[in-house]
Amino acid sequence: MVERDLVIVGGGPAGMAAALAAHEAGITDILLFERDQHLGGILNQCVHTGFGLGYFHEVLTGPEYADRFAKKIRETPEIEVSLKSFVVHLTRDKELTFLKPGLLERVKARALIMATGCRERTREMVHIAGTRPAGIFSAGLAQKLINIEGLLPGRRVVIVGSGDIGLIMARRFFLEGAEVKAVIEIRKESRGLLRNIVQCLDDFNTPFYTSHKVAKIYGRDRVEKVKVVKVDDRLNEIPGEAFEIECDTVLISVGLIPENELIEMAGLAIDKKTNRPVSAELNKTAIDGLFVCGNAFQVYDIADSVSRDSEIAGRLAAEYLRGVS
Amino acid sequence: MIKKLICIECPKGCVLSVETEEGKVIAVSGNECPKGARYATSEIENPLRVLTTTVLARGLCVKMVPVKTDRPIPKDSLSEAMTAIKRIRLQKSVRVGEVVLEDLLGLGIRVIATRDVLSEE
Repeated sequence: MVERDLVIVGGGPAGMAAALAAHEAGITDILLFERDQHLGGILNQCVHTGFGLGYFHEVLTGPEYADRFAKKIRETPEIEVSLKSFVVHLTRDKELTFLKPGLLERVKARALIMATGCRERTREMVHIAGTRPAGIFSAGLAQKLINIEGLLPGRRVVIVGSGDIGLIMARRFFLEGAEVKAVIEIRKESRGLLRNIVQCLDDFNTPFYTSHKVAKIYGRDRVEKVKVVKVDDRLNEIPGEAFEIECDTVLISVGLIPENELIEMAGLAIDKKTNRPVSAELNKTAIDGLFVCGNAFQVYDIADSVSRDSEIAGRLAAEYLRGVS
Repeated sequence: MIKKLICIECPKGCVLSVETEEGKVIAVSGNECPKGARYATSEIENPLRVLTTTVLARGLCVKMVPVKTDRPIPKDSLSEAMTAIKRIRLQKSVRVGEVVLEDLLGLGIRVIATRDVLSEE
């Protein structure tokens, strides 16, 4: 089996920053796997601004932020980028099996950094009663449909939860000509950044209900309406305080969970509640030479923090490789 | 008159107290940096936003190309600006920062690509 000094899984902000930092720390044989056909990960669909202030001291959009790192990687011949490559299996000895169009191959990593990001929590995880019609999307999926595929998933939208992606999508739907009927947050306060309440909801007079929850979704083939109820401090329904909103689309924006199935497969312990690797120290795991960084390690609010902390993973991998050689 | 604003310049979200007189800002407090004072003045006197969206690509390796205005535009013209940007069809490769629309709504604002789209289909 081919053996590489450092393999990195994931070409988003975490994987790219880790690769560049490891290279800067002296590693000259790096293989970076990305499942999409471009580097950048989720940044490519985050077309809004708000990236880069911490890292580059200027305000950038997601694609611009990704481009800065991707260009550096392309200028670094010691980092080999393998696109359309999907890792499907990982062992304790850091042997990876990956799919690439027409190929199923294996590679052994002397050091391995998992930068696999996170995924969105779903409707099932927040227990909304009702039917299962078309028109229910996670906020990030709707973002991909609009910004990457050029498709508008609906015209009358209710957003469940006030995570940043949901707020960003409230603005995006409004600007695309859809009607955002309401954002419904079960907690007393927004989960997203305050500035996103201002520039994504208040700017367009979008109704925002805190201490409310969507209790039921109605509709046979397509979403027709939702039932909204007021909740008390313990998140229990207050009787007699329900109302309905007609809509054709429900977006779910109720948080993110780290994506760690591969390291779990390799035998590492995963916190069942947060899906984070059980770890005492940033980016480290119980397997020597196996590191986890970015949103796979812990969900971050800001991409700049992902880049900063993932560089530490790159340096830790370099340190490990120097120690074992 | 005192108005409360939340600064949107960075993720901190400082709560600003803005003292105004006849629609003009005379004092700002609560800001942790000079950007907050500039934001407050602009937000009261002439609110501006950078518009980010996507334009349709034709015959390129992606379906949509992300774009932004090169400077903030008046908040009131966001919807009108969207209508103008939606008419764009991008048929040639572009680089980050390249102009895709020269003069948006006669505002002297350029719409620029925010992603390299180098290869054709």
